[in-house]
Amino acid sequence: MPILECRELCKSYGSVRALDNVSLSIEQGRVIGLLGPNGSGKTTLLKLANGLLTPTEGEILIAGEAPGRLSRSIISYLPDHNYLADWMKVRQLMDFFEDFYEDFDRAKAADMLKRLNIDSEMRIREMSKGTREKTQLILVMSRAARLYLLDEPIGGVDPATRDFILDTIIRNYNPEAAVVISTHLIADVEQVLDDVIFINNGKIVLMSSVDNIREEHGMSVDQYFREVFRC
Amino acid sequence: MIWKFRGDLPIYSQLVEQIQLGIVSGSFQPGERLMSVRDMAAEAGVNPNTMQRALQELEREGMVYSQRTSGRYVTEDIQVIERAKKRFAEEQIRRFLEAMRKLGYQQEEIISMLREGVGEDADS
Repeated sequence: MPILECRELCKSYGSVRALDNVSLSIEQGRVIGLLGPNGSGKTTLLKLANGLLTPTEGEILIAGEAPGRLSRSIISYLPDHNYLADWMKVRQLMDFFEDFYEDFDRAKAADMLKRLNIDSEMRIREMSKGTREKTQLILVMSRAARLYLLDEPIGGVDPATRDFILDTIIRNYNPEAAVVISTHLIADVEQVLDDVIFINNGKIVLMSSVDNIREEHGMSVDQYFREVFRC
Repeated sequence: MIWKFRGDLPIYSQLVEQIQLGIVSGSFQPGERLMSVRDMAAEAGVNPNTMQRALQELEREGMVYSQRTSGRYVTEDIQVIERAKKRFAEEQIRRFLEAMRKLGYQQEEIISMLREGVGEDADS
């Protein structure tokens, strides 16, 4: 059974179609890039998967069920903005995650924080943007989830932080879990992906594996993307 | 080991080639135990499934072998390694000749220039 499945999924905001008849399925053990220009529907799709939005038409299923209690326990979600209470200290956030998520591995989080010299007594608001992004990612990746939904995890971070984030994704690879990374910075993530989904104007343009695209077109996914979405 | 990837080829085939090169050049010694797939993937900065696929291909070629319980090892068969090394050398020669012909050199000129080059190399 796919860990994430969309069947003729549509989402409209008023007269705007943010997602238009999207059908796809994502199997466990895969790292998937959800790639598209700004405003193409990436965040809307991730929010639907999280149950933060409801479909206008069609359905979205997480491990065979509509988003709800089960999906919340198996999805670990990194939104595209800071969602942590900024007055909290890292230590308090870990308490919070421990209370909320049975699958949160505190020792793992503490170990990663230590490797990056992030002080657990530090408050979110005292952190630089890069440190805040790293902290959020560490918390999200320290859950033993079945589905990780990472919305723009590498947007606006320096190259060293980006490398740490990608390394964390590789080292936490679990054949029973799937990771979906939404981004428009394809060159940076291409090597860690199994498959890519190109999305534009709310429609799926292409689903393929990274190596298939390279094999068929003799160019990187990044170059191919630029070709498909040339303005 | 330093990993480098180009955009116009599948990542898995580049992994296969770089590990082969590592073996024929001695970065990986015959009989050496390889790191886990995940660690190798992290070191190369690639997807673990892609690394797994590359290692399976190398297994098919006999460059590495796995032992169910203890992991993956570089082959101890020196002949297999020598054959792979020769393939790399032949490929280098093919590319060199192609480039020289593109520049307009004839066979005799190429050979004499090559001799000269080898001589200079020996002097330095």
